[in-house]
Amino acid sequence: MEKVSIIDGVVAPLDRSNVDTDAIIPKQFLKSIKRTGFGVNLFDEWRYLDHGEPGMDCSNRPLNKEFVLNQTQYKKAQILLTRSNFGCGSSREHAPWAIIDYGFKAILASSYADIFYNNCFKNGLLPIVLSEEIIQQLFLLLKEQPNFNLKIDLENQMIHGASELSIPFELDSYRKYCLINGLDEIGQTLKYGNSIDDFELKHKKNFPWLFTELEV
Amino acid sequence: MQGKTLYDKLWNIHLVRSDENGSDLLYIDRQLIHEVTSPQAFAGLKMNQRHPRRPSASLAVADHNIPTKDREKGIDNPISALQIQTLEENCKEFKIPYISMEDHRQGIVHVIGPEQGATLPGMTIVCGDSHTATHGALGALAFGIGTSEVEHVLATQCLVQKKMKNMLIRVDGKLQEWVTAKDVVLTIIAKIGTAGGTGYTIEFAGEAISDMSVEERMTVCNMAIEAGARAGLIAVDQKTINYMKDKPFAPKRDDWESAEVFWETLKSDADALFDKTITFNANDIQPQVTWGTSPELSINIYDKIPKRNPEYSNALTYMGLSEDTSISDYLLDKIFIGSCTNSRIEDLRDAAKVVQGKTIADTIKLAMVVPGSGLVKEQAELEGLDKIFIAAGFEWRDPGCSMCLAMNADRLDDGERCASTSNRNFEGRQGQGGRTHLVSPVMAAAAAINGHFVDIRETN
Repeated sequence: MEKVSIIDGVVAPLDRSNVDTDAIIPKQFLKSIKRTGFGVNLFDEWRYLDHGEPGMDCSNRPLNKEFVLNQTQYKKAQILLTRSNFGCGSSREHAPWAIIDYGFKAILASSYADIFYNNCFKNGLLPIVLSEEIIQQLFLLLKEQPNFNLKIDLENQMIHGASELSIPFELDSYRKYCLINGLDEIGQTLKYGNSIDDFELKHKKNFPWLFTELEV
Repeated sequence: MQGKTLYDKLWNIHLVRSDENGSDLLYIDRQLIHEVTSPQAFAGLKMNQRHPRRPSASLAVADHNIPTKDREKGIDNPISALQIQTLEENCKEFKIPYISMEDHRQGIVHVIGPEQGATLPGMTIVCGDSHTATHGALGALAFGIGTSEVEHVLATQCLVQKKMKNMLIRVDGKLQEWVTAKDVVLTIIAKIGTAGGTGYTIEFAGEAISDMSVEERMTVCNMAIEAGARAGLIAVDQKTINYMKDKPFAPKRDDWESAEVFWETLKSDADALFDKTITFNANDIQPQVTWGTSPELSINIYDKIPKRNPEYSNALTYMGLSEDTSISDYLLDKIFIGSCTNSRIEDLRDAAKVVQGKTIADTIKLAMVVPGSGLVKEQAELEGLDKIFIAAGFEWRDPGCSMCLAMNADRLDDGERCASTSNRNFEGRQGQGGRTHLVSPVMAAAAAINGHFVDIRETN
């Protein structure tokens, strides 16, 4: 995983609550067996006027000009500003994959669905939780000044903007450590191989039926 | 000493180690695998030259992309076919138990897990699918994970997790006739909201929950995720134990005796402390219909659709509904009885009771029943339920996820309105532009006969 430290980029506003993972990446694109290439279909049903299918050349598809990501100033956005319960619904990791593949590196929202939140960290995408008041302020700022940059400093857990705007944010220390060091979590867990061996022996003694081979 | 919740107990039994930063390493007893969220996990293993720690702790089946008719012709869509073929090849390479599309036990992963006894009380169970919460009905800690975590569990049989908070939802008293587990869970979601359970594991308890069959409890736990909770739980009782008996992979002989003793401990202590408790009166719960594009936007069948306000405006427009009208004023195009929420034998029996001797309305373009597994289908056919559905004008299909998420050929066309026993009514979920109303199997069956929603209590 790539290391995360400073994210400095344009903020795109997606002014909706409860954005579900079906909206982030519709099911027809989940047929892919790869981790990449989902960016062109991010928010597919909102972004295009036709029905998207895997393998289509998206550069020729009719765009919904109203949709935020189709506005010129947001085409290269790196920070997504949205509202509460972002990423609810299905557990599909294709949702963070699509967001990253589009070019986003961080999300600002007042809350996230648990599975989505977890999935972001496995892929080096930083989901930041801010209070509803601050999120509202940022939406208002973006209305006044549509081309708006923020700089996120992960190490110091601070967000900086123009005119001395500074917003601190909270983050779990283990997750921060993994992001900053670009750590492979499986590799970390494998370091505890002995603890897992010991646990497994004890567990098997207590609950032998859990270790029956499934012969299908 | 303070008593423990069922969640606390399940957590402690599976705790491998704790870190000073508050994250725990949790042992996973069973991983269920399907074709959509696993290919990248297997690719990750291969890339890093890793192997599954315990291949036979997993069980794999294809369900999302599977056709529900003319299966012998194979899968039309080459991308779907490749995804299923990839699952087959990965299972073969890594020696993971796999139930193939041709096997009569094939079905929706959350239906076949309990049905085969592959998921058991007291287990930790994960799957790259948010509806893994279903298995909590057996008194197991079961939750959905992403693909990176699928890979993590394959490689280590463990997951790094932070413990959630404990929430208790009590449903006291008796349900009215024709009011089902689906109405209970939709009512709960409408009350607490789709983020109400975020950060919590929800234990469901109370007389109405105890009165439910194990299958009905699965319907409730299945939709815990629609209330934001990754896991739902229900204490083990004699019904749970009876349900597990004679399941193919359930413990046998001496193991059964020991398992039974252990399973009986799987309940919250009387003095256990919950971070939050919410109580419902079962008798107040009415048949539900969702009107909006989030599972929390649900009303009693006889209530009016809410007034247009900024919060509801998008949903009303998308759903093609006018404020202050009755949901029964709108004609339906399609009926879907199926999904991991409501495709078990009891669901089909309930729906068949409603349609028996009747025919679906002329205005219904398609009404389909998609059993949750091959075994559910066989049992239904043994009882003659297939004949009742077919005589009424329903299509009787082969098992799979089908129109719950429309990854196969079963879907809504733009603007079509559907009564669906599934779990999500998000925009486009059942097909781009499709309009989904979530209901119980009996409400879907009655809607098929009438062509629009009706209060099941008044027509039966």
